[in-house]
Amino acid sequence: MRMLLSLMVWFVLWEIVGQAKLSTIVPPFSAVIEAAIELLPSDKFRSAAIISLRSFGIGMGLALAVGIPLGVAMARVKSIGRILGMWVNIFVSAPISALVPILMVVVGIGETTVVVTVFLFAVFVITLDTQVGITHADRSLVEMARSFGARRHQLYTKVLLLSALPEILAGVRLGAIRGVKGVVIGQLLVAIIGVGELFEIYSNNFLMEEFWALVVVVFLFAFAVSEAIAALERRIEYYAASR
Amino acid sequence: MSEVEVKGVRKVYDNGLEALRDVNLSFPKGQLSTLLGPSGCGKTTLLKIIAGLLPKSGGEVRVQGRPVDGPGPERAFVFQDFALLPWAHVLRNVAFGLELRGVPRPEREEVARKFIAEVGLKGFEHRYPNQLSGGMRQRVGLARALTVDAEIILMDEPFSSVDEQTRRKFQEDLLDLLRHHQKTVIFVTHSIEEAAYLSDQIALLSPRPGTVSKLVRPEVDRSKSPDEIRRDRGYLDTVDEIWAILRKYV
Repeated sequence: MRMLLSLMVWFVLWEIVGQAKLSTIVPPFSAVIEAAIELLPSDKFRSAAIISLRSFGIGMGLALAVGIPLGVAMARVKSIGRILGMWVNIFVSAPISALVPILMVVVGIGETTVVVTVFLFAVFVITLDTQVGITHADRSLVEMARSFGARRHQLYTKVLLLSALPEILAGVRLGAIRGVKGVVIGQLLVAIIGVGELFEIYSNNFLMEEFWALVVVVFLFAFAVSEAIAALERRIEYYAASR
Repeated sequence: MSEVEVKGVRKVYDNGLEALRDVNLSFPKGQLSTLLGPSGCGKTTLLKIIAGLLPKSGGEVRVQGRPVDGPGPERAFVFQDFALLPWAHVLRNVAFGLELRGVPRPEREEVARKFIAEVGLKGFEHRYPNQLSGGMRQRVGLARALTVDAEIILMDEPFSSVDEQTRRKFQEDLLDLLRHHQKTVIFVTHSIEEAAYLSDQIALLSPRPGTVSKLVRPEVDRSKSPDEIRRDRGYLDTVDEIWAILRKYV
């Protein structure tokens, strides 16, 4: 409720600035909403959205498939943790966007580049958080499972991963937010597909209403993804708090 | 006949700390033996070596005549910090040992329900650990150990995080339960009263490096009521005798 109120204040402010015609790049908020209503059902938007969602989905899927096992390995095998720890820490804070032009040279200008960008944006924070979660998993739970005869795979599936779930989910949420950025930045730099292409067209032609409408849509998508994962986190919060 | 035999066990940690030196002990079948000593005497280390959770640096541990190096189904552990899965309700926690053994769900839950009732937690099957008091959590830990039907129960200061009143009641219940099920129990504690009250045999450990300094067999008539035992001559003498030895170490 409070969040809605805060948004309302900003939208009203935006509307006033827009109506006052202080700047050509800030159209009134109502005009942006109109543009959004026009934009959403259009074929152009739909195909851009499908390409973007596909890149996001594949990139995130790969980031999860690589990031979580890698984080587990880094936490459980000391040598792997030592060798890769530094690199993961560098890449988690590195400006990955700077690498996209190089990616374009290597994997070509197209969807693959965007997928790889999403992957690189998301994977490191997932790895890092998984590692932290597994490292801090309750030792006595591990000991307990061993004392009751847990086999190796049971130790992972029934104790370690569940124990680290709060951290893993936090990593996935941050990874997903970065992944959305990855889609947009990747497509902007590639500039011929998806939402990035639309952004290019709108900003080059000064179609500010459409431009901002697209910004709002992307923002809402990132927000929805993040909130969905946060809702999942809240469901398991009761046991995170009790550790 | 001894159920667990410890021969010349030694433990040196990686940092060079010698925790146990030449420990020889035998734990009679169907009896409750206590490892008693000040903190840092290696009593928990010894218990975890018997459990197979810690590797030993030398010597031998025999369980039911066979040398052991790891955990086994004939031994069950009750942890000081309870070690309950925070995401699982009481029923699943108690059945966890059987779950790991691949016992089908209806079957393992039936066994678990029986022991939940025995430790006095009937009606709490679907509560989560953080909804339970310390005493109740440890009852869950005990029920879990009983559910796997191990002949030997290893308990690492099970009452240390439980408040005093709960502890007394729990001790009494524990004696009843263990006598009823004919378990061999190895019990770690730093409470002299607890040791004298519960034990058939008490091994006193001296600190750094831990070694057995004396074996005490309390002459306590267990057929008496709990309150009578606490006023029993043999019980009080045992407490005095142990204190006379332990005061040298503190």
